[in-house]
Amino acid sequence: MKGLQLWGAPLLSVAILLVFLAVWHAATRQESGAQVVDAEYAKLVGAEAATGKKSAFPAPADVGRKLWEHVTDPFYDKGPNDKGIGIQLAFSIARVLSGFLLAALVAIPVGFLIGMSPLVYRAFDPFIQVLKPISPLAWMPLALFTLKDSGVSSIFVIFICSMWPMLINTAFGVASVRREWLNVAKTLEVGHVRKAFRVILPAAAPTIMTGMRISIGIAWLVIVAAEMLVGGTGIGYFVWNEWNNLSIANIISGILAIGLVGMVLDQALARLTKLVTFPE
Amino acid sequence: MSDPLIRVEAIAKRFTGRDGADTTVFEDIHFGVEQGEFVCLIGHSGCGKTTILNILAGLEPASDGYVFVGGREIRGPSLDRAVIFQSHALMPWLTVLGNIAFAVTSRWPEWDKARVRAHCQKYIDLVHLTGAEKKRPAELSGGMKQRVGIARALAIQPKMLLMDEPFSALDALTRGMLQEEALRICAETHQTVFMITHDVDEAILLADKIILMTNGPRARIAEIVANTLPRSRSHDTVHKEPHYYPIRNHLVDFLVTRSKQFESSLSADYDPRHPPLVAPGLTEAAPGTTAAPGRPVEKAVVVSLRH
Repeated sequence: MKGLQLWGAPLLSVAILLVFLAVWHAATRQESGAQVVDAEYAKLVGAEAATGKKSAFPAPADVGRKLWEHVTDPFYDKGPNDKGIGIQLAFSIARVLSGFLLAALVAIPVGFLIGMSPLVYRAFDPFIQVLKPISPLAWMPLALFTLKDSGVSSIFVIFICSMWPMLINTAFGVASVRREWLNVAKTLEVGHVRKAFRVILPAAAPTIMTGMRISIGIAWLVIVAAEMLVGGTGIGYFVWNEWNNLSIANIISGILAIGLVGMVLDQALARLTKLVTFPE
Repeated sequence: MSDPLIRVEAIAKRFTGRDGADTTVFEDIHFGVEQGEFVCLIGHSGCGKTTILNILAGLEPASDGYVFVGGREIRGPSLDRAVIFQSHALMPWLTVLGNIAFAVTSRWPEWDKARVRAHCQKYIDLVHLTGAEKKRPAELSGGMKQRVGIARALAIQPKMLLMDEPFSALDALTRGMLQEEALRICAETHQTVFMITHDVDEAILLADKIILMTNGPRARIAEIVANTLPRSRSHDTVHKEPHYYPIRNHLVDFLVTRSKQFESSLSADYDPRHPPLVAPGLTEAAPGTTAAPGRPVEKAVVVSLRH
């Protein structure tokens, strides 16, 4: 019974994966026959796929081989259009982290001030409400025009999109610190700075960290699109480049890598959130 | 009579409702708390008990009137007046030691770590929490949390302690134990205490003086009851004192009926500046005071709300 509790879920996960791979394998099995697509498309995808000998969509084994190549040699650099997946991921992670950290540097102090004063809260609210729903990519042309550098522009886009969840959560967390803790600080004649760091910050920390976790998730979603748009380097560019090369196996490898890195980023923030969360 | 440690003069609290009409929660409240005295304030909910305590603490301004501590008018909270909150108000991210140390370093910022630690330990030992220093509030029972709250308040060595129904959220057994400890600690430290309660037995056990408030709105002090029982009281023996039932009946009687009818039965010589001081159980009221009108000071009927 205990074994089932412990191993039941992982075993089921493996089973789901195997079923998925089996269906995928069956769907992409080689079939012999005449040309099954029209002539234009046949030129595009190559004779092999067009005659139906082999589907244009790779089988799991093909993707597996490609993945293995990427895992064993992630950091090669053979010119601007052929870099290892590791290098591309490193570019993307660096952009996400710098945009995210810049946003944290701005959003947390500003959110703190907004949360401390209901007046400032109300004054900032309309701006936040208008700016928050703007798709971060809509800022891209403006950023390219003013910053004149595609790398810096994508960092700016990350900065903008990570800003709002952190700002809103910090302001909310600070504004909703329990009155009794503030009263304790008051009766102890605690100064403003000490109150901010010893009472409000720890009380609001779980809410702030939740905002940061949402932010990093959004930032990782946006970087892929931003890099597809501006090109050059990064995992988003990698996926788009492989689409131009029509290497579906590489695209799938890229997608998988995006998912794995996103999970790692999210889990890292979840760990940090746990560190500052206190049981009531 | 020398000037009391705390003097409350004519305080009132009014709110302006949505329709613009003023609601007076209480008004014309006068009383004093002497150095080393334990004063309880009893009244029904809604008469503004907690507001009075918050005004004394400096957390809330009064709409009218003044509060003097040691002859000086108070302007906001002070380390001289420590508050024990009903909901204990411990910071859950700090340990027991951390919570008390936060108060101690607020009081004496110049102290080094070892001195703060030793000072905290003294008060942790005083409330019998030795061994629980590293625990967080979430790991403590309700009674232990309130002990931490008491230790935190005492550790800053305030001139007076303000308690807002500190034991009301606890179960009866824990409450009894903590009441006895509060008695012991107050006797040991000669602490001046102002406490709010709605528990008659708690007031008789702990207080030297019990202030009775009428029902709100426009609540006032109906009278001040002097506790005539000897100060060395305890749960086991208090009900065997000859004056116990007269006092208890007097208080219960007030809460059940007289707190509602106060306005209509107001005597002509009622002066809010000097509410009548009564001493139930004594054949004569304290000198220079008047007993409540139309009310025998002694009554034989046993009204029992508890037990």
